[in-house]
Amino acid sequence: MTLSPSPGARRSPGPWRTAAGDLLRNRTALAAAAVLLLVVLASLCAPLYADHIAHTDPFQSHVSGTTVVDGKTVPVLTPSSTGLGLGVTPIGPTWDPAHYFLGADNQGRDVLARLLYGGRTSLFIGFTAALLTCVVGTLVGVVAGYAGGVVDAVISRVLDVVWAFPVYLLAICLSVVLLTNGLKLGPVTVDAGSLWLPVTIIAAIYVPYIARPLRGQVLVLRNKEYIQAAVGSGAPTPRILRREVLPNVVPTAIVFVPLMTALAMLTESALSFLSVGVQPPDASWGTIIEDGLGLLYTRPAVTIAPGLLIALTTAALNVLGDGVRDALDPSARLRGGV
Amino acid sequence: MTAQDIVAVDTDAPPAGEVLLRATDVTKHYPVRGRRQVLRAVDGVSLAVLGGETLGVVGESGCGKSTLGRCLVRLTELTSGRVEFDGRDISTLSARRLRPVRPGMQLVFQDPQASLNPRRRAGDIVAEPLLVHRYGNASAVRRRVRELFDVVGLAAAHLDRYPHEFSGGQRQRIGIARALATNPKLIVADEPVSALDVSIQAQVLNLFADLQEEFGLTYVFIAHDLGVVRHVSDRIAVMYLGEIVELAGTEALYSDPAHPYTQALLSAVPDIDDGTFAEDGPTRERIVLTGEVPSPADKPTGCPFRTRCPYAQDLCAVERPRLTPKASGRQVACHFPLAG
Repeated sequence: MTLSPSPGARRSPGPWRTAAGDLLRNRTALAAAAVLLLVVLASLCAPLYADHIAHTDPFQSHVSGTTVVDGKTVPVLTPSSTGLGLGVTPIGPTWDPAHYFLGADNQGRDVLARLLYGGRTSLFIGFTAALLTCVVGTLVGVVAGYAGGVVDAVISRVLDVVWAFPVYLLAICLSVVLLTNGLKLGPVTVDAGSLWLPVTIIAAIYVPYIARPLRGQVLVLRNKEYIQAAVGSGAPTPRILRREVLPNVVPTAIVFVPLMTALAMLTESALSFLSVGVQPPDASWGTIIEDGLGLLYTRPAVTIAPGLLIALTTAALNVLGDGVRDALDPSARLRGGV
Repeated sequence: MTAQDIVAVDTDAPPAGEVLLRATDVTKHYPVRGRRQVLRAVDGVSLAVLGGETLGVVGESGCGKSTLGRCLVRLTELTSGRVEFDGRDISTLSARRLRPVRPGMQLVFQDPQASLNPRRRAGDIVAEPLLVHRYGNASAVRRRVRELFDVVGLAAAHLDRYPHEFSGGQRQRIGIARALATNPKLIVADEPVSALDVSIQAQVLNLFADLQEEFGLTYVFIAHDLGVVRHVSDRIAVMYLGEIVELAGTEALYSDPAHPYTQALLSAVPDIDDGTFAEDGPTRERIVLTGEVPSPADKPTGCPFRTRCPYAQDLCAVERPRLTPKASGRQVACHFPLAG
């Protein structure tokens, strides 16, 4: 027998603490977390930058504004010299934090300031949508898996229907409809222009991606003998779900959060790029890419900068997600422990 | 099964005691996907368990003994039949009405790994039934859990450990402590030692025996190991293909098996003492059964054992033998029993 019954032995670390320890030893994941932290902090500092360094309002157009480059006053927008001469060419990157560091967009707005504000929006939507998806998906999956029978059949078929639609098609359809009317669902009311609308839509379309694997996990759990023991002890079903089932599936749900955040951010960017996500005057990385589309040849920075940020953030989220999964995978730990 | 048979169990049963658990014609059928047949996991089992005794249930893998155990404490819904616990029919109670009855009958599981939630501490696992049944305030629960740990031979230092930090035998002790928490009258032990090392088996079996003495427990002890069952049981029920083929007092069963299947099973138990198969009674030939166990989804007509029975005759294919009480007090389901 392996156990040394040393009295007064220290309280053994719980699975959460062990997982946290594993994560803190994972340098790749920590590096990814640092990158994310940097992006989040920078986004949080958006108003500081806009108000105190750039002295600009990123939501206001400055079509006839001027700025200072190398001590000379120059217009932010100049008439286009290419093509038919109809468009405008905004000022390019000046690399001067106080004066259009990354240049301006076609309405003369500071690109860097908009990027920082856009980061707030994109991160907010990505994270809340992911959280919402994981919470709802977990509840749905647990109920379906544990209840079985008709309840499971109905829930599973509904999930299948949602699953069967291409994600973006479904999101675009929902957005187009809901952007005109807003959403009223019982006590929940979401205004058409609110950021919560893309959050709700993105959260809803990804629910099956969480609910289905968790349902499968609960199906396996339901036949475990410790669940039978709980039933046999006379515990009511909600208690069994809370005490026995949830602690075993919550780690899985948590593993999904960073990966889902990345996915939700990508979806948000795509929807915003197609004008059915975040609505002006709000900025998100997706809307900034759209803004830059017409300037792709003259001022590529407007498009490339948010694109790079999206890539960087989602890559970091995925790396972090892998680290979280390695740390939380309970089956791996149990096999190692016995 | 008829009413007389059951009455006969009461009167002829070796240990005196009130009937604590009575199963009447319990069946559990599972639908077989894509076919019209059903899998007859438990097929018309009637038995009575007396207060304070240990009833052993033996049979090969897949004979339905675990399913029967689950039916007896209603962890599985019966297809038909009835189970009375402590004079009360529990086979049709709603989940809510069943809840107050549950503490009286507990299950100890085969796999001590799967029967403990890997994410909860041992102390919390044992405390759970106490919390469910509102045993008392936190300190009363804690005291009771310590007491239970002590009773099953675990140390207080083990309270805060997780299941994976224990050995198999210790895990099984945690499972037993959990079953004891609610002060049950009946414990159905479903192969509680078959997953353990032989050296640990004896310790756990002795624990079962001590607990029975201390708390007046009644056991239904399911096992496939005849040696284990013999060691712990007052009476033994032998199952084959979802049916009880013989039910008798332990000594009578081992010395004088009446059913050909029991005889074949016993002849397969090696005797360590002298290397022969004869410990009690006349020297036994080793009986090697031919053929496979038929599928419970496709049972033979008449006697379920007739396809492998060395003594089978024409009658056996036509009429299903009933579990009938004999003069000696045993019950046998055979047209041509080998003993009275």
